Amino acid sequence: MGPTEIKIGGLGGQGVILGGIIIGKAAALFDSKHSCLTQAFGPEARGSACSAQVVVDSEPILYPYVQKPHLMVAMSQDAFAKFSPELRPDGTLLIEEELVKPTGLPSTVKVFAVPATRIAEELGRKMVMNIVMVGFFTAVTGIVSEEAAREAVKDSVPPATIDLNMKAFQRGFDHGKKLVAKA
Amino acid sequence: MSNANSSGTLTGSHYLDGDHACSEGAIAAGCRFAAGYPITPSTEVVERLAQRFPFVGGRFLQFEDELAASIALLGGAWGGAKACTVTSGPGFSLMMEHIGLAAITETPCVFFNVQRAGPSTGLPTQPAQGDMMQARFGSHGDYRLIALCPNSPQECFDLTVDAFNMAEEFRVPVLVMLDEVVGHMTEKVVIPDDAEIKVTERRWTKKPPGEFKLFAPAEGSLVPEMVKPGDGYRIHVTGLTHDERGYPKMTVPEHEKMQMRLWNKIVLNADKIVKYEAKDLDDAEVVVVSYGITSRIAERAMQQARAQGVKVGSFRLITAWPFPEKEILQLSKKVKAFVVPELNLGQMVLEVQRIVEGRTKVVPVPHVGGTVHDPQVITNAIVGAVR
Repeated sequence: MGPTEIKIGGLGGQGVILGGIIIGKAAALFDSKHSCLTQAFGPEARGSACSAQVVVDSEPILYPYVQKPHLMVAMSQDAFAKFSPELRPDGTLLIEEELVKPTGLPSTVKVFAVPATRIAEELGRKMVMNIVMVGFFTAVTGIVSEEAAREAVKDSVPPATIDLNMKAFQRGFDHGKKLVAKA
Repeated sequence: MSNANSSGTLTGSHYLDGDHACSEGAIAAGCRFAAGYPITPSTEVVERLAQRFPFVGGRFLQFEDELAASIALLGGAWGGAKACTVTSGPGFSLMMEHIGLAAITETPCVFFNVQRAGPSTGLPTQPAQGDMMQARFGSHGDYRLIALCPNSPQECFDLTVDAFNMAEEFRVPVLVMLDEVVGHMTEKVVIPDDAEIKVTERRWTKKPPGEFKLFAPAEGSLVPEMVKPGDGYRIHVTGLTHDERGYPKMTVPEHEKMQMRLWNKIVLNADKIVKYEAKDLDDAEVVVVSYGITSRIAERAMQQARAQGVKVGSFRLITAWPFPEKEILQLSKKVKAFVVPELNLGQMVLEVQRIVEGRTKVVPVPHVGGTVHDPQVITNAIVGAVR
């Protein structure tokens, strides 16, 4: 099948990199696949659009960079504007629906939206919106298994916050499953 | 990190970047002192050491610059610790003086250089492999050392352990030459149980003070033993040419004796030191010689070239220095061409050309750095080399 390229974009502080680490970790440590994560380093990592890039494959990964993502997550309008031109015409775009208004996309791109920030606020901590997004990503894309994603979340967040984060994951996951069933 | 065992080794499967894997390799190998002046893209190595050392009885000291850091490294090693420093190009340039001092004083120590594009401050956050010749020849005078080139976070861990082991075995500075991509990429890293990690301890002498000579090679070896500070030995360590007791003796015969032993302990042990990864060499008409991140890009190019019917094999340098001369020489007698991609304008390719002596074609595939090669460029060089 070849490598699947994933790009996660958002604002510095939204947990973009951790989101990428969890997806990469789910694939490499808990799904017995290979994954490689790279991130943009530089001044743009603070306050404006930043990104994590993950390549997932059943074979060892040779080329580490994401060039034409199959899957993209946009958590801010800036990130959408900056990164969406890279998305493959047959790619899948996941957006934070209250922060991103997608425009100018080819009609062949599949778009799935989740109010991740509002869900996180309902859970009492806006900070867990990235985990809502990871749950949503897992349900919509299937590139990592639900079980692996859950293990990777547990392995990546502070122990005292595991319950909260698992709830956040579940809310995002359920939302994604509903959308996929409708699609 | 809660699952580190009592010795501090982080046994288990982890999702780590290359820099952090180096830190864990250092801890597993017994390194307990790091001196540094943090610099992108190597900062994560010392960040993690600074975070982890308090739990394993280690010390990280941040200095005012790379000169201070690299001389403190030598002090730490003579003080009895397995020690390292961590830097990138601009700092590596400043450390050259102390790499030479480590060579002549036979100080076991490890230098990490996470290479970024230069010269000077260049591209701080972007990759290159432009320090490969500096690694070999950067300090003045004749000396030999060991330089290793990991191509994945897993190998960052594995080769860091090897680096500390070889530093002890041969009492030389060992350079771990990452590039920014390998340093910053995150992949699965499996850290074995302590029992499965081979660690070479420092060779402390059993000879009593008075009888022991600090720079006399141990019996059957070209490498002297060391002494523990506080054990009652009076020692003298100098950057001047010295006799076996360590005292300055600046005569031609003494210089030759010292120099040739420093040289030969690496040259005559090259077979023990040199590591490489060979793939599909049996019927190869073209051999790609590569290292670090470029070896992975080259692997994709080789897949493309094979699909076009070219018999291409891979010779991946794990040890850059000493260079695998014997192996390249043998290959040069049977293949039509070597293709040498690297993230510089031609460094290790010079070594291939030197050894091949025109017997067969050597095709450089240079790149200024800042990113990796487009695999297609390497593919074209492979295909072009035989057509």
